Amino acid sequence: MKRIESLNDFVIKFANVNGSGSASANELFAKSFLRMGIPVSPRNIFPSNIQGLPTWYEVRVDEKGWLGRRGGVDLMVAMNPQTWDADVKEIDPGGYLFYDDTKALPPSKFRDDIHVIGMPLTEICNATYTDSRERQLFKNIIYVGALAGMLGIEPEVIAELIGEQYKGKEKLLKPNLNAFKMGLDHARMHLKEACGLKVKRAYAVGEKIFIEGNAAAALGCVYGGATVCAWYPITPSSSLAEAFQRYCSRLRVDKETGKNKFAIIQGEDELASVGIAIGAGWNGARAFTATSGPGISLMTEFIGLAYFAEIPLTIIDVQRGGPSTGMPTRTQQADVLACAYASHGDTKHVLLFPEDPNECFEFAAQALDLADRLQTPVFLMTDLDIGMNQRLTAPLKWDDSRKYDRGKVMSAEELEAGKEFGRYLDVDGDGIPYRTLPGTHPSKGAYFTRGTTKNAYATYSEAGSDYVTNVQRLLKKFETAKTLVPKPVLTPAKVPARFGCIYYGSTSPAMSEALEALAGQGIFINALRVRSFPFQDELFDFVASHTKVFVVEQNRDAQLKTLLVNDAGINPASLISVLHYDGTPITARFITKEIAEIVAALNVRPIKKDKAA
Amino acid sequence: MTYVTKPRLHHPTLAKNRLGFTRRDYEGNVSTLCAGCGHDSISAALIQAFWELSIEPHRVAKLSGIGCSSKTPDYFLGNSHGFNTVHGRMPSVLTGANLANRDLIYLGVSGDGDSASIGLGQFGHVMRRGVNMTYILENNGVYGLTKGQFSATADKGSKAKRGQVNTEAPVDTVSLALIMGATFVARSFSGDKHQLVPLVKAAIAHEGAAFIDVISPCVAFNNHPGSTKSYDYVREHNEAVNRLDFWPSREAITVEYKDGQVIEVAQHDGSIIKLRKTHPDYDPGDRTRALTYIQQHQALGEVVTGLLYLHPEAEDLHAHLNTCEVAFNRLGEKELCPGAGMLEKINAALR
Ligand SMILES: Cc1ncc(C[n+]2csc(CCOP(=O)(O)OP(=O)(O)O)c2C)c(N)n1
Ligand code: SF4
Ligand SMILES: [Mg+2]
Repeated sequence: MKRIESLNDFVIKFANVNGSGSASANELFAKSFLRMGIPVSPRNIFPSNIQGLPTWYEVRVDEKGWLGRRGGVDLMVAMNPQTWDADVKEIDPGGYLFYDDTKALPPSKFRDDIHVIGMPLTEICNATYTDSRERQLFKNIIYVGALAGMLGIEPEVIAELIGEQYKGKEKLLKPNLNAFKMGLDHARMHLKEACGLKVKRAYAVGEKIFIEGNAAAALGCVYGGATVCAWYPITPSSSLAEAFQRYCSRLRVDKETGKNKFAIIQGEDELASVGIAIGAGWNGARAFTATSGPGISLMTEFIGLAYFAEIPLTIIDVQRGGPSTGMPTRTQQADVLACAYASHGDTKHVLLFPEDPNECFEFAAQALDLADRLQTPVFLMTDLDIGMNQRLTAPLKWDDSRKYDRGKVMSAEELEAGKEFGRYLDVDGDGIPYRTLPGTHPSKGAYFTRGTTKNAYATYSEAGSDYVTNVQRLLKKFETAKTLVPKPVLTPAKVPARFGCIYYGSTSPAMSEALEALAGQGIFINALRVRSFPFQDELFDFVASHTKVFVVEQNRDAQLKTLLVNDAGINPASLISVLHYDGTPITARFITKEIAEIVAALNVRPIKKDKAA
Repeated sequence: MTYVTKPRLHHPTLAKNRLGFTRRDYEGNVSTLCAGCGHDSISAALIQAFWELSIEPHRVAKLSGIGCSSKTPDYFLGNSHGFNTVHGRMPSVLTGANLANRDLIYLGVSGDGDSASIGLGQFGHVMRRGVNMTYILENNGVYGLTKGQFSATADKGSKAKRGQVNTEAPVDTVSLALIMGATFVARSFSGDKHQLVPLVKAAIAHEGAAFIDVISPCVAFNNHPGSTKSYDYVREHNEAVNRLDFWPSREAITVEYKDGQVIEVAQHDGSIIKLRKTHPDYDPGDRTRALTYIQQHQALGEVVTGLLYLHPEAEDLHAHLNTCEVAFNRLGEKELCPGAGMLEKINAALR
């Protein structure tokens, strides 16, 4: 029988019961690779419930540093009898099944093309612990110990991690270390050569950090100067607001007075949340709301108000699968159009597409600047895959000389000096008017903010010409936005290429890996990662300079492609969609296969490998 | 239709307040509402109250929803910033504005459609949160702006202009505000400025969620027999619980006692409200009693007006959230950004 043998390159999947305490044990396991210098990318696959139902944790270990979901499973840690059959089926031929063999299972429950590794976990636990809760919790640590023994994870590394986790809680430290040791010893004694997957210390992690996108975005809001956060709980965005709360409690409490330099409101719904953020933005504080697709739907009337009344607003959309409640615990990039054109009437909005937690941090802070500068809603379009999984990412950076861009806010001094103020007056051709904050000056600069049409001086008007002048200016402002939003990033192929590829957001790691795999097959592609909307000239030039351009997305309806065609006037005949939308994160294998097939169908002969070097 | 700005020719004989402002300085654009609309009388009462309190107009932020009532902030305090938000959602925008700058005075203006129908949720929650504001509900029992449909405050059995009879139970915004935790709750009538002006002044001084439901007849759609929000109906059924005098703390006032019993209620900011009771048994400090009282009189077809409840020690949202004294909109990177050094530490803990 085939036996998968691999060093520092494999996928292990844990099948657990939700709420059984497996999450922290699994995280400990994932982190141990990082401490051994081997890149790892774990992903939570969980259902929409709290306790009792299945949950999976997929860990990709890869010394080359590919962080996208790979697809396939080399070792299944099957701890949930309920999902046993499906879990066993998912293992790649020649792969491994690790399970609790306290109770014998009939041969029909196994496959003959996989290697079965049993360990009497329940028996060991029952012999060691009397308390049922302890039996459950320590079982998790024991299997981590066994895996460490089988794979060759350095025990000191895990001991160190346990030490950090239970720092100050000595009572818990010792029993956890003991449980770990118990598993380790068992594996060393009984399972030494059971598994062909091995790890060895490497030096491929470097300075990188391990953080969830939601936490990074929250930190970006702290650094970017947000003082007001209003939100309504919704997966997968809740942990963002919670992280903001956590970081603020640490970083934003005035040391002398003990007072908070932040306010967090859990609204009664998303309408209230966005309304609070808009009120704060109108009044000159930096504010944001975090939500997911259904929340965006509720916010749309208000988004139109903020667009038309020109109020700074930052919305973080951690996308999940829709429509309706859709796949609340799965990932997609399916809110692109809903956000780009959110609200009634002619509206369009600035979108930012971060690829990983590092950009979540960077773009969250930038979104607050852009919202103030452009006086409009700005969307940070992340998703569940980036938001709720810990990801290896470049360390977060901040330049202390960086100043917040508060945009065009006219001061009392300027008003006093007689500077002309027209709330909706374009004074310098960029389409962005000056605003005043309430309470600025006793007799100058007050105006009435409204969603109805007004003239340049904010006076109510139903004149068609005033309306047209105003919405044309808003278009000009959108042009200005192009000069401010992050530019696309080009990854050129090693040889001149006829094919191009456009992708964005969480597709990034899988795409990079796919590009290398495709190059290995002689298919060379120039890749452009779009980081924002409105689209800049680089994108047009890119499409124009390739015969065909693939647009890789995680939604059914090719939403970014629609935007490219609809808003940027790109000829749809030059674009070929590659779409993945089953709710799992897109994989390099998927992209590679799809593109290779299309290229073959287009009858293009791959460039010979030797010529490409 | 464009708005007309009132000429600001100051008449030398116009009375001035402590700041040297005349009432004119508290006016706004000319109203575009129907002549005789109750909402205009409320605007006049607001102008009077702010003038009497000598509040600098630009230190007030006026927020409203959508409706005839919500248009009115354009017609008073022309030197204040105003925000006509979306239908039924003024409370959330006001909450955010208040968080951004705790130093201004917040006035929310809404209608019964705005607050009791589409915005019932936000109405309740803004009271719960204790946002420091004066919330004026201009209650006419109809949707004025969309031409006369019943609103959720229309009484069961009341007749619309075209004859339809309302069969749905009314929302009593005053009881609701009490239940939801408002710390100042009053009801008045647009046609009774002697009652309304002191109530508004007291509400402004109150440092918490202050709510005044003002019955405000719509001359276009409910000032006819059969409507329970018409001038005549309200005048006949008005049951005033107390008369109110209000003195801001900065003014030393000698009090002239008239008939009836007087009780003094000291507010958080040191100002004093004096209630001249017409009903000796009415105690506005008792929330449970207030609720019962309102219900009892409602059953008799009486509209109870006056100050119904006051919590003198009210705490506002900023106190609940323990926010700093400096307005958020004045904080810059120095106060808000933890800096590169701290980020290095955070990075280190994530390896
Ligand atoms: C989302 C939305 N739905 C409906 C409307 C239409 N609309 C405008 S005002 C109004 C009713 C206003 O009634 P009320 O708040 O009682 O104000 P009034 O005009 O009576 O003072 C409605 C339904 C709207 N502006 N927005
Ligand atoms: S329709 Fe009614 S509420 Fe509206 S302005 Fe006229 S009288 Fe006032
Ligand atoms: Mg009404």
